Formats: sequence, structure tokens, C-alpha cells
Amino acid sequence: MTTAALPLPSGAPASIADAPAALDVVPFVRQEAGSGTNVLHLLVEGVHCGACIRRIERALQREGGLETARVNLTTRRLTIRWNGEPVRGNRLAQVVTDLGYGVVPFDPDRLKALDNKAESELLRCLAVAGFAAGNVMLLAVSVWAGHFYTMGEATRTFFHWFEALIALPAIAYAGRPFFRSAFKALRAGHTNMDVPISLAVLLAPGMSLVETIRSGEHAYFDSAITLLFFLLIGRYLDQRARGTARSAAERLLALNASAVTLVLPDGTTRSVRPEQLEAGQEVLVATGERVGVDGVVIEGASELDTSLITGETVPQRVGAGERVFAGTINLGAPLRLKVRAVGEGTLLAEIVRLMELAEQRRSRFVAIADRVAKAYAPAVHGLAAITFLGWTLTGAVGWQTALLYAIAVLIVTCPCALGLAVPAVQVLASGRLMRHGTLLKSATALERFARADTVVFDKTGTLTTGRLELERGGIAPDVLTAAAGMAKASHHPLARALAAAAPDAPAVSGVEEVPGMGLRLVRSEGEWRLGRRGWAADVPEDATVGAELWFARPGVGPVRLAFVDRVREDAAVVVHELKRRGYRVVLLSGDREPTVRAIADELGIAEWHAALKPQDKTARLEALAAEGRKVLMVGDGLNDAPALAAAYVSLSPATAVDISQTAADAVFQGQRLAPVLAVIDVAKRAERLVKQNFALSFGYNVFTVPLAMAGLVTPLVAAIAMSTSSIVVVLNSLRLNWTTRRATSVP
Amino acid sequence: MSGLIYLIPIALFLGLLGLGAFLWAMRSGQFDDLDGAAERILFDDEDDDGHRT
Repeated sequence: MTTAALPLPSGAPASIADAPAALDVVPFVRQEAGSGTNVLHLLVEGVHCGACIRRIERALQREGGLETARVNLTTRRLTIRWNGEPVRGNRLAQVVTDLGYGVVPFDPDRLKALDNKAESELLRCLAVAGFAAGNVMLLAVSVWAGHFYTMGEATRTFFHWFEALIALPAIAYAGRPFFRSAFKALRAGHTNMDVPISLAVLLAPGMSLVETIRSGEHAYFDSAITLLFFLLIGRYLDQRARGTARSAAERLLALNASAVTLVLPDGTTRSVRPEQLEAGQEVLVATGERVGVDGVVIEGASELDTSLITGETVPQRVGAGERVFAGTINLGAPLRLKVRAVGEGTLLAEIVRLMELAEQRRSRFVAIADRVAKAYAPAVHGLAAITFLGWTLTGAVGWQTALLYAIAVLIVTCPCALGLAVPAVQVLASGRLMRHGTLLKSATALERFARADTVVFDKTGTLTTGRLELERGGIAPDVLTAAAGMAKASHHPLARALAAAAPDAPAVSGVEEVPGMGLRLVRSEGEWRLGRRGWAADVPEDATVGAELWFARPGVGPVRLAFVDRVREDAAVVVHELKRRGYRVVLLSGDREPTVRAIADELGIAEWHAALKPQDKTARLEALAAEGRKVLMVGDGLNDAPALAAAYVSLSPATAVDISQTAADAVFQGQRLAPVLAVIDVAKRAERLVKQNFALSFGYNVFTVPLAMAGLVTPLVAAIAMSTSSIVVVLNSLRLNWTTRRATSVP
Repeated sequence: MSGLIYLIPIALFLGLLGLGAFLWAMRSGQFDDLDGAAERILFDDEDDDGHRT
């Protein structure tokens, strides 16, 4: 799926791509032990497709003298290796930013702990189990065929020995994920789904080995290894689904990692990593640079893009004595700051902590499969024990045969349907959603989407597009042309929005930027001004009016240019539809009250709260949860990240900052809000299918368990029954696509 | 029947060969970036600048 994504996510407020060109990555260049090769790891924002990889890698190769430069599209990381001067790193990072991609250096050591080895271990186990299952089956089928033709006892035993030779080491290797989890559960004094699985795949080959030694007729090596193979498929799919959601904290920490300019007591400056700073030191923040620390302004006046922290689209003015936070971007004049907190102490780190906390809380959610498993394990153990005791106590057969029957019970009841059917439905549902541009990330998200009863929206970038647009009404064309021409000289967000409103306007030369005030153009007839109301026009300041610029020319009265953040075109329809279906709709925003009120009125949302800080949002969600509400949170800014993690389930637009995308359970693309409804629809359908699959597998057990307890399940019967049940549940899961294709309700 | 003495080990050996190849591919990082690999296959090999796709 290659979406026509622009390399620059221009709609995203405060994406890394807005970060300054003057990026100092040298403190992050590492030397490899031995060869002394320089290695630089960068997170690249805005990489979406093959063309991006190609552009970046080729541009770097053209620089020459590099050992490797490789982009990983999955993790959006770029690794560059070269010999020679570490200082070349800056030039190389510059090459990538010049292409329009934002880069952030990161320290791989800090991320190592987060790297999850579980997925590759499962894949290795899966490969081994698959190999062994195929080869054991090859022999087992011959033995079954031998039942109908004449196969001598010697040949059969010979085949059984071969099966044992392949299956036993394979089970010992591939079964480890299950054994570990079962052992952990038992030591903690309770049982989980992995306990009966482990028992079955250990006891079955063990007893079969005894049978083989006795030259017995039945060996269950094939059942055990095939069972393991099926379960590993399910486990691996499950892990994959989880994997994408893993790197949440990683990306946010990386955001914090830009180098900062330290001012030494003697007045010289030095570029250092933020964690090398101490409170009380002084740092410089250049124009366009991301603030790397929490601190107080000692010198300078400027405007900060705080949308990363507060979600506000309008830049915030700061002057001497005011607090600034790490993660904001300096849009105006350079600032000199006194460091108050670095690294762990910053507000940004605080947000990370809030998010981790919320994620831990949410991980307590027990998936339906686990709840079923809780009842399943004791039932299976009980049935197996009854079988064994029943046969030995009545004395009808010897204890070895009785144990064999009990093992057959364990094998046929083994939760293939639980282990395979739930991940299968999840994979199909997420594939279905992906074709509609919605990316599902959390394994249990579907279940939670299906059960949500309250929808909480963020404003900026969620209900609205997150882009400021000029309100054209009442502005004369010549005024617009002149103002837009002037605005082209500035990178301020409002100036850019104004310039975008009149792309044909010729750029005016000689424009001078007055930091924190606006733009000035001196002409023979007088001075033109474009900027703040108190400066450009003689109108008293008023903080409540939202985003605006004033344009004044000599002899003409000042003109007000207002900017609005437009509501997504189908937002009203979606909100209405949600309310019609009985969802409670809430609007929580970090923005100012008048703006939020206007949007809420426009969309018909009765319940709204404005001027909320990240902690407030999380608190609101907790209050809703305390009322017994299951909240679906839709949000995009970094300020929403903790709320997204704290909500029962969460959704984020693809224009959101990366961290929110990672914190959310699903990400949707496009200019419309309709995917919110689509996700809920698919989730409800998936939940129905999962329940049907459970019913099917229980029905199958009702039929096979008595057979197994009666001692009628030979390895052949077990193989047929197991594969039939697995195929039936997978086929049933496939119905997800049939039904959605017919249904037209999903846009 | 005596053919089995050769055929079964041969079958096993071929299977092991496949398994070994897979494990090697995994260890050498070929599964690290599946999304990227899917795109890279479409790249032209020539690296002259006039050859943009």
C-alpha cells in the first residue's frame, strides 16, 4: 500500500520536519570498537514509501566516502557508517533535511532495552516446528497407510523411531515459549492456557517414546508437533500485532535528544547532549531550533510553537522570566535560557511517564481468549485426570494405556481454535481496515473498539484538519495580494498560511522581520506593517480572539486577517451518527475556550472542556472510566499521547505526531473522520466471529472429548479432528471479508 | 523397502537445508525491514542520475 504521502507532513503541527536546519548531531556519532568506523543513527520523519528510501540513500551515496547508508522503512531509522571525521555527520544529516525529511539523532544504547527479542524467537521456533511437523507427517502418513495395507511391526517401529528422532529435539526447542510461560504461571501458583499445552506436548511424545520402545501400535509424535506448529502460528501473529505498538517510549525519548547549545561561564558556546547539562547552566536556543530543556528565559523575547505540548495551533509569546518547556520550537528571535530541568525532569519526560503508566494500567485488560482460557485449563486437566483414573481404577486396561487415553484427551481438547482463531480474525480484520487506510496496532484493540460506549475527541488535528487557513470573507483582493506578498518573507505559521491563501501573489522584496512583532516594509509613502494587532494596528491587545494578523498601510485603515483551523468535512456527520447510535460524545481540548466552544457548537457536541493540560485530559478519562464508561479516545497531539494511552481504546489520525500514532491503538489516514465509524463496524463484526469460533470449537470438543475419554482416538483420528477444527475456525474467520464486502454501511 | 534407508535421510537432509537457509536469512537481518524490502525490489540497479523512476 503506497499512499501518495508527501515527504513533508505539512498538515501536522509541530512535526519534527519543522525542526531547524541547523542540527548538531556530532555528539551522537559513535565509533565502532576495533575498526573505528563512525556510526550515526537517525530517526527520519516522513519516510513512507520506496521512493523516500531511494531519495535519501542516493543523496547520501552522492556525498561519497560512506561505508553504508541504509533506511529501515519499518522502524523509520537511518543508519550511516563512514570512515574519517565524525564531524561529517552534520553534513550528512543536513543532506537528509535538505530533502525535506526531519531527522532526530538517537543513541541506540538507550533503545536497546526496548528491543523485543520475543518475535524473532517465535519465528525461529515456528520454523523449527514447521520443518519437524512436515517431516514427521511424512512418516506418520506412511504408518497410517500401513494400517490398511500390511506394514510389518519392524517397519512401523523403525518409522516411529525416526519420528521420535525428529520430533523430540524439535519439541524441546520449539516448545520453550510455552514451557516458560507455563512454568512461570505454576510457580506463581495459578494456571494458564500454556499449562495444558505444555503437558500435552511433553506427555504425548514421552508416552509415545515408551510405546515405541515397546514396539506399540500408536505414537503421537505427529499430533504433538503439529499442535505446537499451529499454536506457534497463532502466537506469532499475536506477537506481530503487538510489535508495532512497542516503540512508543522510544520515539518520544528520541525527540528529546537534539543537541543543545551550552553557554560556558566565559561566554563561549559548546554543543552538548541534553543529559550532559545541569540545572542552573545557560543555553542558547536559535531561531527555528527545538528547545531541549525546561528552563526560564533570561534574555530575549520570542514566540514558541507549543503545539507538541499543549495542542494549541497559535504560537505562544514568551519573554524574560517566563518558563519554556522541552519539545517546543523557537519561532522568533534567539533566546537565552537558564536550565531548570533536563532529561527525566522535563515536562516531556513527564508525559512519557504518564503514558507508560497509562499503558501499564491498560495492559490489565484481559482479552476474551484469556478469559476463556482461565476456565478452559482446569476443565481440560479435570477431564484428563478423570480419564486416567477411570480407566486405571476399573482395571480395564493397564496404566500405560490409561495414560495414553488421558494424553489423547489433552491433545484433542488443545486450544487450537483459541490459539489460532482469534489471531486469524484479528489479522483479517486489520487487513480489511488497512485497505481502508486504517492501521490497527494493538492485538486486543478490536475487542475494545467493539465495546466502547463513549467517544472522546481532541480538537486540533482531529475534529479539525490541524492547518490554519485564512478566512477570506471581506478581504479586498489587492489587500490579500499585498499582504501575502509580504508574508512570503517569513516562516511564521500564520505568515505561511497567509502566503498559501494567495499563492500567485508576487513576493515583495525589502521586507524586514521584527521578532515577536511582525513584518515591516519601508516604502517611500510610509511603512507597511503586517503582524500583531498592538504593533501593526493601533488596536488594544485581546487574548481571546484566536489567530489573527493585522495589515496596515499608510492612508488605508488597518485590516484584520483572521485564521481558522477548519473542521474536517464529515466531522458533523460522524458526530451525528455516533450520537444516533447511542454513543456519548465528548470534546476535550488544550486550546482556549472560545475556539473550543465554537467548534463544539458547530458540531453539536454538548459536553466539552477547554484549556486542559495533558494530566487534566487523563484525569477526565479516568473520571469517565470511574463512571463505568468505556472510552474511545480520538486524538493527535503529543499532549494527547497520555490520554490516548489511558483511554479504554484509542485512535489517531495519520497526520498526528509520531508519538501519538504509537500510543494509539489504531491510526487512520485521509482528510475524513469516517474511519472512526468503519473501525467500530469492523470491530463489532470481528467480535461476533470470534464468539462464533469459540462456539464452534466447543461444539467440536463436545463431540471429540467423549471419544477420547472412551479411548477411541488413535493418532489418525486425532490428526483428522485437530486439522478439521482448525480449518473450520479459519474458514469461519474468512467470513469477515465476505460479510463486509456485501455490507455497504462501511464507507 | 531398503530404499527407505537412503530416502528418509535424504528427505530429512533437504528439509534441514531449507530450515538452515531460513535461520541464516533471519540471523543476517533479512527479516528486519519487510516493508522496505518490498519496496527495494522495485528499484533499478543503475545508479546514474538520469535514470529516475
